[in-house]
Amino acid sequence: MIDKRVRSLAEAVDGIKDGSVVLAAGFGGAGSPEALYGALLEQGAKDLTIVNNNAGTGRIGLAGLMDAGRVRKIICSYPRSSGSVVFEELYRANKIELELVPQGILSERMRCAGAGLGGFWSPTGVGTRLADGKEEREIDGRHYVLEKPLKGDVALLKADRGDRWGNLTYNKSARNFNPTMAQAASLSIVQVRRFVELGEIDPEHIITPGIFIDRMVEVPV
Amino acid sequence: MPLSRKQIAWRAAQDLGDGVYVNLGIGLPTLVADVLPEGREIVLQSENGVLGVGPAPNENELDLDLVNAGKQPVTLLKGGSYVHHTDSFLMIRGFHLDLALLGAFEVAENGDLANWTTDDPKFPPGVGGAMDLAAGAKEVRVLVEHTTRDGSPRLRKQCGYPLTAMQVVKRIYTDLAVIDVTKDGFVVKEMVADIDFDALQAKTEATLHKAPDIKVLSAPAM
Repeated sequence: MIDKRVRSLAEAVDGIKDGSVVLAAGFGGAGSPEALYGALLEQGAKDLTIVNNNAGTGRIGLAGLMDAGRVRKIICSYPRSSGSVVFEELYRANKIELELVPQGILSERMRCAGAGLGGFWSPTGVGTRLADGKEEREIDGRHYVLEKPLKGDVALLKADRGDRWGNLTYNKSARNFNPTMAQAASLSIVQVRRFVELGEIDPEHIITPGIFIDRMVEVPV
Repeated sequence: MPLSRKQIAWRAAQDLGDGVYVNLGIGLPTLVADVLPEGREIVLQSENGVLGVGPAPNENELDLDLVNAGKQPVTLLKGGSYVHHTDSFLMIRGFHLDLALLGAFEVAENGDLANWTTDDPKFPPGVGGAMDLAAGAKEVRVLVEHTTRDGSPRLRKQCGYPLTAMQVVKRIYTDLAVIDVTKDGFVVKEMVADIDFDALQAKTEATLHKAPDIKVLSAPAM
């Protein structure tokens, strides 16, 4: 019998190792698994590489992990936002590494990892500083740079409904990075608003099939 | 009178035809959503996976799971849909959008765009979706104030700031003019009434050419 549900947040993040690459979903607050970020802080893993569109806001969630000195490196498209105080402090003090990746390339590199591919040729950033050091190739008259897959050890995700097989639906734009990150990590952990019975989600409406999910915990927010 | 920011957005919105799919960049281009021409179906795409972005929600409609690229709450139009990030950027990078309206620090006369970093050492750089949009929309247009606050030109021979993309900008809407980027450089299609061409040139680093059918740029009070 397949049952990916766990009873507690602590159980959900159990075993995440120091030095892990953590794919952290969410775009602003939408689709952001705040409870799992809090649980990871309590769990204690350190020397983490965080992959997120941004670099945390305020002092909780991802920013809380950074504030506690658990994050060695952040891979994101846009670290600055109103309230990204923790990251900016660490950045100025040279205490955190930043890898800046264009937003669509960030997502596609993870898709590539999830799809078992070795990379892709992208027109994004050609002729700019962000293409420095990347292999370049002309294909049918257009210039591209080689982008490599970005794989996670862990993905922390948020969904709306989930059944015990790990089939998921999302709410509106809270979907964002979640489905791609679910595919790109060795261990995909999701906080869902509501557990539902197997078969309750119309198969036509399942966005992330359970094959990509390892653990799920119910957090009704 | 120079156009206000909202009037620049209004002018850019007038060129959006019925049925276009368009992405609005953060900042000045975001204002276009508030001044879309009546009677046309214009589909706004937001890079966080919303196709068919509607106006800001009223109190009853508010759902913090539905935001635009600037993370402001929005609504979804009838016919709208949600996709995940990878598909959203597939739309963006794969020439599926008719237009990207973007902000800029600088535009060069060959269409080079600089809009992601000023290399200010006090702040970390951020690129967001700018490079994907600039590389993959069918057409890129820029909304920008003609000069910086201290009067330096933003329309330049070459960009001084790091590039976002090479030779992509086709049209520029400023508070003073509408300018096309052509193989011969900047061509002024419209300019505000109370400035002469030499004065406009003085505020522009690159050489301006006057379109044969140059028109007055004006916008309603708003």
